[in-house]
Amino acid sequence: MPELRYRDALREALREELIRDDRVFLMGEDIGAYGGSYAVTRGLLDEFGRDRVIDTPIAESGIVGAGIGAAMAGMRPMVELMTINFSFLALDQIVNSAAKLHYMSNGQINVPLVIRMASGGGSQLGATHSHSLEGLYAHFPGLRVVCPSTPADAKGLLKRAFRDENTTIFIEHTALYGMRGEVPDDPDYLIEFGKANVLREGTDVTIVGYSGSTWQAVRAADMLEEQEGISAEVIDLRCLRPLDIDTVIASVKKTNRAVVVEDDWQFGGFAGEISAQLMEQAFDWLDAPVARVCGKDVPLPYNRNLEFAALPSEEDVVEAVLAML
Amino acid sequence: MPTSQTVARPVEDGLTADQLHSFLHQMLFIRRFEEKCGEMYTRGKIRGFLHLYTGQEACAVGSFATLGEQDKIVTHYRDHGHAIARGVDPNRIMAELFGRVDGLSSGRGGSMHLYDTSKGFLGGYAIVAAHLPLAVGLGMAANMKKDNSLAFCVFGDGSVAEGEFHEALNLAALWKTPVIFFCENNLYGMGVPISESLSTEITTLAAAYNMPAVKIDGMDVLDVYRETQKAVEHCRSGQGPYFIEAMTYRYRGHSMADPELYRLKDEVEDARRRDCIARLRTHMQELGLIDDDSFAALQQRVDEEMDEVVAFADASPEPGLDTLFDHVVKESVRA
Ligand SMILES: Cc1ncc(C[n+]2csc(CCOP(=O)(O)OP(=O)(O)O)c2C)c(N)n1
Ligand SMILES: [Mg+2]
Repeated sequence: MPELRYRDALREALREELIRDDRVFLMGEDIGAYGGSYAVTRGLLDEFGRDRVIDTPIAESGIVGAGIGAAMAGMRPMVELMTINFSFLALDQIVNSAAKLHYMSNGQINVPLVIRMASGGGSQLGATHSHSLEGLYAHFPGLRVVCPSTPADAKGLLKRAFRDENTTIFIEHTALYGMRGEVPDDPDYLIEFGKANVLREGTDVTIVGYSGSTWQAVRAADMLEEQEGISAEVIDLRCLRPLDIDTVIASVKKTNRAVVVEDDWQFGGFAGEISAQLMEQAFDWLDAPVARVCGKDVPLPYNRNLEFAALPSEEDVVEAVLAML
Repeated sequence: MPTSQTVARPVEDGLTADQLHSFLHQMLFIRRFEEKCGEMYTRGKIRGFLHLYTGQEACAVGSFATLGEQDKIVTHYRDHGHAIARGVDPNRIMAELFGRVDGLSSGRGGSMHLYDTSKGFLGGYAIVAAHLPLAVGLGMAANMKKDNSLAFCVFGDGSVAEGEFHEALNLAALWKTPVIFFCENNLYGMGVPISESLSTEITTLAAAYNMPAVKIDGMDVLDVYRETQKAVEHCRSGQGPYFIEAMTYRYRGHSMADPELYRLKDEVEDARRRDCIARLRTHMQELGLIDDDSFAALQQRVDEEMDEVVAFADASPEPGLDTLFDHVVKESVRA
């Protein structure tokens, strides 16, 4: 199997979908001549031309709205919004149009649109540019919310998003773009939505992550094994909507303990949702309250030490596990 | 420096020799400051996103010279030059870029988010066009408080396509708020040329909202100064907003991460031939205000000033981890 970086796997998915389906087109800020803010779309303008790879003005609400319209009329657009921070300008279109048209029209309309954006702090970009708000999008019924943590998942899930009849909020993590991994070159390599991935099996505790936080969970599991002889199971959610809670529950029934890790703020966040569902559906199997390891309750500061202190670390995860054993 | 320093006689159009010297010094200072930032970025002292202002210095220097102390400034993330031209302490700007305790925000803001309220510098805004509506509000407050202040709002050509640009211009004109919208058109929004992001001229759009809209040479500090003066008079006399499009060029990439695949080196070289510093220098030479030796002396002085700036920033300590939760919300005391 070829080894690709996360960004190259995403590009391969876009390329294959552009070739497969002529209803697919890409539009977004600096995806063409600039090659994409994170170099995901580099080369695609040259290969597919300006009709299918469209550089847009900086107009998030406008281009998402246009993407919705094109999808309503039968196209399969992808809109790239650079980063999740700028998606707030398109929030109304995403929430009030993309997520609701199918329901409000009683199924007459649907919006098969892929909206890609980069997420995550840790690069010293300061408070406006460091959000991790996957959980925010997961709040809205009517959307798909996908956040891959490996190159293979990036490809398989992105290709799957183009085949969906609904709008997919496809969230990539800035820290993962350079990550390498084996990626199937099968042009029909698809990963089903709503299937969590057990990355590592264990018996003492379940650590749940998604996107970048998956790797904190994995590193914490390694540390627990090496330093404490504790066996942790690691689950990568991959999709927040639809959510595969069954895989998490099955794991907790085995380990009887769970820690959820996410970069986002804890207050009102997605870790709270996982925790509540475990409490509702696996209460009798839990030997300790579900722990959440999340970002601190502050806007992310620029200074490196402060930013580091504000984000969850693998040490925090280890500490949370030790506290519940 | 030439003896003309004490000469207050106008050398042209109401400008004194002192002012011209000051323009030259400021532009050179900003140029060197930005070059130093680029150097500090490669050395890992500055991190995150860094957007340099080299090439555009005449815009900040010429326009801010027309403003009063009471005026309020908001700008975009390419904000070091604006902060310096407003008289914000460059030591504290550099310390902020280093993420240190003596920085303007003790290192929590960073390059894109500079603030110094003591100078009426109400911020660099990193979300494109987000500060245009804020400028309208600053102008509303000026009208309500009748404090004779105006809001000066700097942004790039790329912002013009955003909805907030249009909402802000309409509101400003509708409510006759004293706002100078100052668009620094450097021809690109990241890698997208203006011709591919706007269906018409920027001034055509602005004029449609019923305010004066002029296009000026943003690489000529004197042109910027004169044209902004007119805008200031317009706002101060209660006639509402004024729009300036200053044509300029950024010499460096959009940010330090820009591979610059979208433009040719020739184009950059072309712009450099219209360089704002070189032009003012030539002009002052023609007026007999400066010669090669005094220019070299000025450069030398700026280099020394820059060494001090870096030394200050480097000597400043890192903020303590115990300050992480400071200023999330302001304590509110009930009366
Ligand atoms: C709402 C929003 N969308 C996208 C971005 C990413 N971005 C940062 S700067 C920039 C280009 C802005 O160009 P312009 O307004 O011309 O200013 P310049 O950088 O040329 O000074 C873009 C697209 C952003 N910061 N905010
Ligand atoms: Mg620009």
